[in-house]
Amino acid sequence: MTRQQVLDLYFMESRFKLVEIAAFLDRVDRGDGKADFRLDAFRKGMKELGGKKPGRAKKVLLAFSDPTKKPIAKAHGKGACGAWPGK
Amino acid sequence: MVSRTTDDYQDMVTAGCAAVCEPAFWAGYDRSGVQGFHDYFCQLTDYEPKRAAKFGLPHYTWLCINPKESEDVNLAEEVIGIIPQFIDKPNVLGIGEIGLNKNSRNEMKVLEMHVDLAARTNSLILVHTPHLEDKLKGTRLILDVLRSDKRIRPERCIIDHVEEHTVGMVLDAGFWAGMTLYPESKCSPARAIDIIENYANERLWMNSACDWGVSVPLAVPRTALEMRRRGHNPEFIDKMIYQNPARFMGQCPKFKLPV
Ligand SMILES: [Zn+2]
Repeated sequence: MTRQQVLDLYFMESRFKLVEIAAFLDRVDRGDGKADFRLDAFRKGMKELGGKKPGRAKKVLLAFSDPTKKPIAKAHGKGACGAWPGK
Repeated sequence: MVSRTTDDYQDMVTAGCAAVCEPAFWAGYDRSGVQGFHDYFCQLTDYEPKRAAKFGLPHYTWLCINPKESEDVNLAEEVIGIIPQFIDKPNVLGIGEIGLNKNSRNEMKVLEMHVDLAARTNSLILVHTPHLEDKLKGTRLILDVLRSDKRIRPERCIIDHVEEHTVGMVLDAGFWAGMTLYPESKCSPARAIDIIENYANERLWMNSACDWGVSVPLAVPRTALEMRRRGHNPEFIDKMIYQNPARFMGQCPKFKLPV
Protein backbone atom coordinates (compact mmCIF):
# COMPACT_ATOMS: atom_id res chain seq x y z
CA MET A 1 0.00 0.00 0.00
CA THR A 2 1.10 3.59 -0.57
CA ARG A 3 1.16 5.95 2.42
CA GLN A 4 -1.92 7.65 0.96
CA GLN A 5 -3.75 4.33 0.88
CA VAL A 6 -2.77 3.59 4.49
CA LEU A 7 -4.10 6.99 5.51
CA ASP A 8 -7.29 6.48 3.52
CA LEU A 9 -7.92 3.15 5.25
CA TYR A 10 -6.76 3.82 8.80
CA PHE A 11 -6.51 7.55 9.54
CA MET A 12 -10.06 8.11 10.84
CA GLU A 13 -9.98 5.03 13.04
CA SER A 14 -6.56 5.92 14.47
CA ARG A 15 -7.57 9.54 15.01
CA PHE A 16 -10.59 8.30 16.97
CA LYS A 17 -8.37 6.07 19.14
CA LEU A 18 -5.91 8.89 19.80
CA VAL A 19 -8.69 11.18 21.03
CA GLU A 20 -9.99 8.33 23.22
CA ILE A 21 -6.54 8.04 24.84
CA ALA A 22 -6.36 11.78 25.42
CA ALA A 23 -9.80 11.74 27.03
CA PHE A 24 -8.80 8.74 29.17
CA LEU A 25 -5.77 10.63 30.50
CA ASP A 26 -7.93 13.68 31.26
CA ARG A 27 -10.37 11.37 33.09
CA VAL A 28 -7.53 9.92 35.16
CA ASP A 29 -6.41 13.46 36.05
CA ARG A 30 -9.90 14.39 37.17
CA GLY A 31 -10.14 11.32 39.42
CA ASP A 32 -9.37 11.42 43.14
CA GLY A 33 -6.72 9.43 44.96
CA LYS A 34 -3.60 7.70 43.73
CA ALA A 35 -3.04 5.95 40.43
CA ASP A 36 -0.96 2.75 40.29
CA PHE A 37 1.65 0.91 38.22
CA ARG A 38 -0.77 0.59 35.30
CA LEU A 39 -0.66 4.31 34.61
CA ASP A 40 3.14 4.31 34.81
CA ALA A 41 3.27 1.48 32.27
CA PHE A 42 0.79 3.34 30.07
CA ARG A 43 2.95 6.45 30.08
CA LYS A 44 6.02 4.33 29.32
CA GLY A 45 4.18 2.79 26.39
CA MET A 46 3.07 6.20 25.13
CA LYS A 47 6.69 7.34 24.91
CA GLU A 48 7.25 4.67 22.27
CA LEU A 49 4.71 6.32 19.98
CA GLY A 50 7.02 9.28 19.44
CA GLY A 51 9.90 7.11 18.21
CA LYS A 52 11.13 7.53 14.67
CA LYS A 53 11.85 3.83 14.01
CA PRO A 54 9.36 1.06 13.18
CA GLY A 55 8.51 -1.63 15.73
CA ARG A 56 6.39 0.70 17.89
CA ALA A 57 3.67 -1.89 18.56
CA LYS A 58 6.29 -4.34 19.82
CA LYS A 59 7.89 -1.69 22.02
CA VAL A 60 4.52 -0.69 23.52
CA LEU A 61 3.77 -4.35 24.31
CA LEU A 62 7.20 -4.72 25.92
CA ALA A 63 6.50 -1.66 28.09
CA PHE A 64 3.58 -3.55 29.67
CA SER A 65 5.35 -6.94 29.92
CA ASP A 66 6.87 -8.86 32.82
CA PRO A 67 10.57 -8.90 31.87
CA THR A 68 11.60 -11.57 34.43
CA LYS A 69 12.64 -15.09 33.44
CA LYS A 70 11.87 -17.46 36.34
CA PRO A 71 8.49 -19.11 37.00
CA ILE A 72 6.65 -17.69 40.02
CA ALA A 73 6.20 -19.90 43.08
CA LYS A 74 2.41 -20.08 42.86
CA ALA A 75 -0.41 -18.64 40.77
CA HIS A 76 -2.64 -16.48 42.95
CA GLY A 77 -5.74 -16.05 40.83
CA LYS A 78 -6.01 -16.41 37.09
CA GLY A 79 -6.39 -12.95 35.62
CA ALA A 80 -3.97 -10.49 34.06
CA CYS A 81 -4.40 -6.75 34.52
CA GLY A 82 -2.49 -5.57 31.45
CA ALA A 83 0.66 -4.21 33.11
CA TRP A 84 3.44 -5.75 35.16
CA PRO A 85 3.27 -4.53 38.78
CA GLY A 86 7.00 -5.11 39.31
CA LYS A 87 8.54 -7.13 42.09
CA MET B 1 -18.10 -24.63 19.89
CA VAL B 2 -19.58 -25.57 23.23
CA SER B 3 -20.14 -22.00 24.40
CA ARG B 4 -21.72 -20.70 21.18
CA THR B 5 -25.13 -20.93 19.57
CA THR B 6 -26.08 -22.71 16.37
CA ASP B 7 -26.43 -19.27 14.74
CA ASP B 8 -22.65 -19.06 14.88
CA TYR B 9 -22.29 -22.37 13.03
CA GLN B 10 -24.74 -21.16 10.38
CA ASP B 11 -22.90 -17.86 9.99
CA MET B 12 -19.55 -19.62 9.67
CA VAL B 13 -20.79 -21.96 6.96
CA THR B 14 -22.43 -19.03 5.17
CA ALA B 15 -19.13 -17.14 5.30
CA GLY B 16 -17.32 -20.08 3.69
CA CYS B 17 -15.63 -21.70 6.70
CA ALA B 18 -14.61 -25.25 5.79
CA ALA B 19 -14.09 -26.68 9.29
CA VAL B 20 -14.09 -25.66 12.92
CA CYS B 21 -11.20 -26.51 15.22
CA GLU B 22 -12.01 -26.27 18.95
CA PRO B 23 -9.40 -26.58 21.69
CA ALA B 24 -10.22 -27.75 25.21
CA PHE B 25 -10.20 -24.62 27.32
CA TRP B 26 -11.36 -23.06 30.56
CA ALA B 27 -15.12 -23.01 31.07
CA GLY B 28 -15.10 -19.65 32.88
CA TYR B 29 -15.14 -21.54 36.18
CA ASP B 30 -13.02 -24.35 37.63
CA ARG B 31 -14.40 -27.84 37.14
CA SER B 32 -14.78 -29.62 40.46
CA GLY B 33 -12.99 -32.84 39.53
CA VAL B 34 -11.84 -35.26 36.88
CA GLN B 35 -15.41 -36.35 36.14
CA GLY B 36 -16.18 -32.84 34.91
CA PHE B 37 -13.34 -33.17 32.39
CA HIS B 38 -14.53 -36.62 31.37
CA ASP B 39 -17.94 -35.17 30.53
CA TYR B 40 -16.34 -32.21 28.73
CA PHE B 41 -14.18 -34.52 26.60
CA CYS B 42 -17.30 -36.55 25.74
CA GLN B 43 -18.98 -33.31 24.68
CA LEU B 44 -15.99 -32.30 22.52
CA THR B 45 -15.59 -35.69 20.84
CA ASP B 46 -19.17 -36.88 20.53
CA TYR B 47 -21.95 -34.32 20.93
CA GLU B 48 -20.32 -31.21 19.49
CA PRO B 49 -19.17 -32.79 16.18
CA LYS B 50 -22.75 -33.98 15.67
CA ARG B 51 -24.12 -30.50 16.40
CA ALA B 52 -21.69 -28.91 13.91
CA ALA B 53 -22.42 -31.62 11.32
CA LYS B 54 -26.07 -30.53 11.26
CA PHE B 55 -24.79 -27.36 9.58
CA GLY B 56 -22.36 -29.14 7.29
CA LEU B 57 -19.32 -28.06 9.28
CA PRO B 58 -16.62 -30.67 10.07
CA HIS B 59 -15.62 -30.33 13.74
CA TYR B 60 -12.13 -31.05 15.11
CA THR B 61 -10.88 -30.73 18.65
CA TRP B 62 -7.85 -30.78 20.97
CA LEU B 63 -7.76 -32.22 24.50
CA CYS B 64 -6.03 -31.14 27.72
CA ILE B 65 -6.54 -29.50 31.07
CA ASN B 66 -6.30 -25.76 30.43
CA PRO B 67 -3.40 -23.78 31.95
CA LYS B 68 -5.92 -21.80 34.01
CA GLU B 69 -6.72 -25.02 35.91
CA SER B 70 -3.12 -26.26 36.05
CA GLU B 71 -2.20 -24.94 39.49
CA ASP B 72 -3.68 -28.13 40.96
CA VAL B 73 -1.10 -30.70 39.83
CA ASN B 74 -2.97 -33.67 41.32
CA LEU B 75 -6.12 -32.84 39.40
CA ALA B 76 -4.03 -32.30 36.25
CA GLU B 77 -2.46 -35.75 36.65
CA GLU B 78 -5.90 -37.31 36.88
CA VAL B 79 -7.17 -35.43 33.83
CA ILE B 80 -4.10 -36.23 31.75
CA GLY B 81 -4.65 -39.85 32.81
CA ILE B 82 -8.05 -40.02 31.07
CA ILE B 83 -7.02 -38.28 27.82
CA PRO B 84 -5.72 -41.54 26.24
CA GLN B 85 -9.33 -42.85 26.36
CA PHE B 86 -10.26 -40.08 23.92
CA ILE B 87 -7.13 -39.47 21.87
CA ASP B 88 -8.09 -41.91 19.09
CA LYS B 89 -11.57 -40.43 18.56
CA PRO B 90 -11.93 -39.43 14.90
CA ASN B 91 -12.08 -35.66 15.49
CA VAL B 92 -9.17 -35.33 17.95
CA LEU B 93 -6.18 -33.62 16.33
CA GLY B 94 -3.86 -33.52 19.33
CA ILE B 95 -3.09 -32.05 22.73
CA GLY B 96 -4.21 -28.47 23.42
CA GLU B 97 -4.56 -25.77 24.29
CA ILE B 98 -1.80 -26.44 26.78
CA GLY B 99 0.68 -23.82 27.97
CA LEU B 100 0.92 -21.32 30.79
CA ASN B 101 -1.36 -18.73 32.36
CA LYS B 102 0.44 -17.01 35.27
CA ASN B 103 3.83 -18.68 34.59
CA SER B 104 3.91 -20.62 37.87
CA ARG B 105 6.01 -23.65 38.77
CA ASN B 106 2.96 -25.91 38.90
CA GLU B 107 1.76 -24.71 35.52
CA MET B 108 5.24 -25.57 34.18
CA LYS B 109 4.99 -29.10 35.64
CA VAL B 110 1.61 -29.64 34.04
CA LEU B 111 2.88 -28.28 30.73
CA GLU B 112 5.74 -30.80 30.83
CA MET B 113 3.28 -33.60 31.56
CA HIS B 114 1.18 -32.62 28.55
CA VAL B 115 4.24 -32.38 26.32
CA ASP B 116 5.25 -35.86 27.46
CA LEU B 117 1.77 -37.19 26.64
CA ALA B 118 1.93 -35.60 23.18
CA ALA B 119 5.35 -37.12 22.56
CA ARG B 120 4.23 -40.59 23.72
CA THR B 121 1.12 -40.49 21.54
CA ASN B 122 2.82 -38.75 18.59
CA SER B 123 0.19 -35.98 18.73
CA LEU B 124 0.18 -32.48 17.33
CA ILE B 125 0.41 -29.75 19.98
CA LEU B 126 -1.60 -26.52 20.29
CA VAL B 127 -0.17 -24.07 22.83
CA HIS B 128 -1.94 -21.21 24.61
CA THR B 129 0.38 -18.34 25.56
CA PRO B 130 -0.54 -16.19 28.58
CA HIS B 131 -2.43 -12.96 28.38
CA LEU B 132 -1.22 -9.36 28.45
CA GLU B 133 1.73 -8.67 30.77
CA ASP B 134 2.42 -12.40 31.22
CA LYS B 135 2.70 -13.27 27.53
CA LEU B 136 6.35 -12.37 26.90
CA LYS B 137 7.70 -14.35 29.84
CA GLY B 138 5.26 -17.23 29.31
CA THR B 139 6.16 -17.58 25.64
CA ARG B 140 9.85 -17.75 26.50
CA LEU B 141 9.24 -20.40 29.18
CA ILE B 142 7.01 -22.45 26.86
CA LEU B 143 9.63 -22.43 24.11
CA ASP B 144 12.22 -23.60 26.66
CA VAL B 145 10.00 -26.53 27.71
CA LEU B 146 9.27 -27.60 24.14
CA ARG B 147 12.89 -27.30 23.02
CA SER B 148 14.18 -29.26 25.98
CA ASP B 149 12.10 -32.33 25.04
CA LYS B 150 14.04 -33.77 22.11
CA ARG B 151 11.08 -35.88 20.98
CA ILE B 152 9.13 -32.74 20.06
CA ARG B 153 9.32 -31.52 16.46
CA PRO B 154 8.63 -27.78 16.25
CA GLU B 155 6.83 -28.08 12.91
CA ARG B 156 4.19 -30.18 14.69
CA CYS B 157 3.46 -27.51 17.34
CA ILE B 158 1.54 -24.26 16.99
CA ILE B 159 2.13 -21.51 19.54
CA ASP B 160 -1.08 -19.54 19.66
CA HIS B 161 -2.03 -15.94 20.57
CA VAL B 162 1.27 -14.46 19.37
CA GLU B 163 1.58 -10.69 19.11
CA GLU B 164 4.27 -8.34 17.83
CA HIS B 165 6.59 -9.00 20.79
CA THR B 166 6.41 -12.82 20.62
CA VAL B 167 5.89 -13.81 16.98
CA GLY B 168 9.56 -13.46 16.03
CA MET B 169 10.91 -15.78 18.72
CA VAL B 170 8.27 -18.43 17.90
CA LEU B 171 8.98 -18.47 14.17
CA ASP B 172 12.75 -18.27 14.65
CA ALA B 173 12.58 -21.43 16.78
CA GLY B 174 10.84 -23.30 13.93
CA PHE B 175 7.34 -23.48 15.44
CA TRP B 176 4.06 -22.46 13.85
CA ALA B 177 2.56 -19.23 15.20
CA GLY B 178 -1.15 -18.52 15.59
CA MET B 179 -2.71 -15.07 15.81
CA THR B 180 -5.97 -15.05 17.72
CA LEU B 181 -8.39 -12.34 16.64
CA TYR B 182 -10.14 -10.90 19.64
CA PRO B 183 -12.04 -7.66 20.08
CA GLU B 184 -10.44 -6.52 23.35
CA SER B 185 -7.00 -8.07 23.63
CA LYS B 186 -4.68 -10.33 21.67
CA CYS B 187 -4.72 -9.30 17.99
CA SER B 188 -6.98 -7.11 15.85
CA PRO B 189 -7.46 -7.93 12.15
CA ALA B 190 -5.34 -4.92 11.15
CA ARG B 191 -2.43 -5.93 13.39
CA ALA B 192 -2.64 -9.56 12.31
CA ILE B 193 -2.27 -8.45 8.68
CA ASP B 194 0.64 -6.19 9.68
CA ILE B 195 2.34 -9.25 11.19
CA ILE B 196 1.64 -11.28 8.05
CA GLU B 197 3.22 -8.50 5.99
CA ASN B 198 6.27 -8.19 8.25
CA TYR B 199 7.18 -11.83 8.94
CA ALA B 200 7.73 -14.97 6.91
CA ASN B 201 4.23 -16.37 6.53
CA GLU B 202 4.87 -20.07 5.81
CA ARG B 203 4.13 -21.06 9.42
CA LEU B 204 1.58 -18.40 10.37
CA TRP B 205 -2.18 -18.70 10.74
CA MET B 206 -5.10 -16.75 12.17
CA ASN B 207 -7.98 -17.97 14.29
CA SER B 208 -11.19 -16.48 15.63
CA ALA B 209 -11.66 -16.59 19.39
CA CYS B 210 -15.09 -18.19 19.91
CA ASP B 211 -15.50 -18.53 23.64
CA TRP B 212 -18.00 -17.54 26.33
CA GLY B 213 -16.67 -13.96 26.46
CA VAL B 214 -17.07 -11.20 23.90
CA SER B 215 -15.64 -12.78 20.77
CA VAL B 216 -16.35 -12.91 17.05
CA PRO B 217 -16.61 -16.31 15.30
CA LEU B 218 -16.39 -14.59 11.90
CA ALA B 219 -13.17 -12.72 12.76
CA VAL B 220 -11.13 -14.72 10.22
CA PRO B 221 -13.48 -14.09 7.25
CA ARG B 222 -13.65 -10.42 8.26
CA THR B 223 -9.85 -10.28 8.29
CA ALA B 224 -9.89 -11.78 4.80
CA LEU B 225 -12.09 -8.84 3.76
CA GLU B 226 -9.62 -6.44 5.32
CA MET B 227 -6.77 -8.13 3.44
CA ARG B 228 -8.73 -7.53 0.25
CA ARG B 229 -9.13 -3.84 1.16
CA ARG B 230 -5.35 -3.67 1.49
CA GLY B 231 -4.95 -5.08 -1.99
CA HIS B 232 -3.75 -8.60 -1.21
CA ASN B 233 -4.53 -11.03 -4.02
CA PRO B 234 -7.03 -13.89 -3.59
CA GLU B 235 -4.33 -16.59 -3.76
CA PHE B 236 -2.40 -15.05 -0.88
CA ILE B 237 -5.55 -14.55 1.19
CA ASP B 238 -6.48 -18.19 0.57
CA LYS B 239 -3.02 -19.26 1.70
CA MET B 240 -3.36 -17.39 4.98
CA ILE B 241 -6.92 -18.35 5.90
CA TYR B 242 -7.15 -21.85 4.37
CA GLN B 243 -3.98 -23.43 2.99
CA ASN B 244 -1.71 -22.71 5.95
CA PRO B 245 -4.07 -24.05 8.64
CA ALA B 246 -4.88 -27.05 6.44
CA ARG B 247 -1.17 -27.75 6.00
CA PHE B 248 -0.53 -27.66 9.75
CA MET B 249 -3.57 -29.70 10.79
CA GLY B 250 -3.10 -32.05 7.81
CA GLN B 251 -0.07 -33.43 9.68
CA CYS B 252 -2.69 -35.35 11.64
CA PRO B 253 -4.03 -38.05 9.25
CA LYS B 254 -7.52 -37.66 10.76
CA PHE B 255 -7.84 -34.10 9.45
CA LYS B 256 -9.77 -34.15 6.18
CA LEU B 257 -11.45 -31.22 4.48
CA PRO B 258 -14.53 -31.60 2.28
CA VAL B 259 -13.51 -31.76 -1.40
ZN1 LIG C 1 -5.85 -19.72 24.62
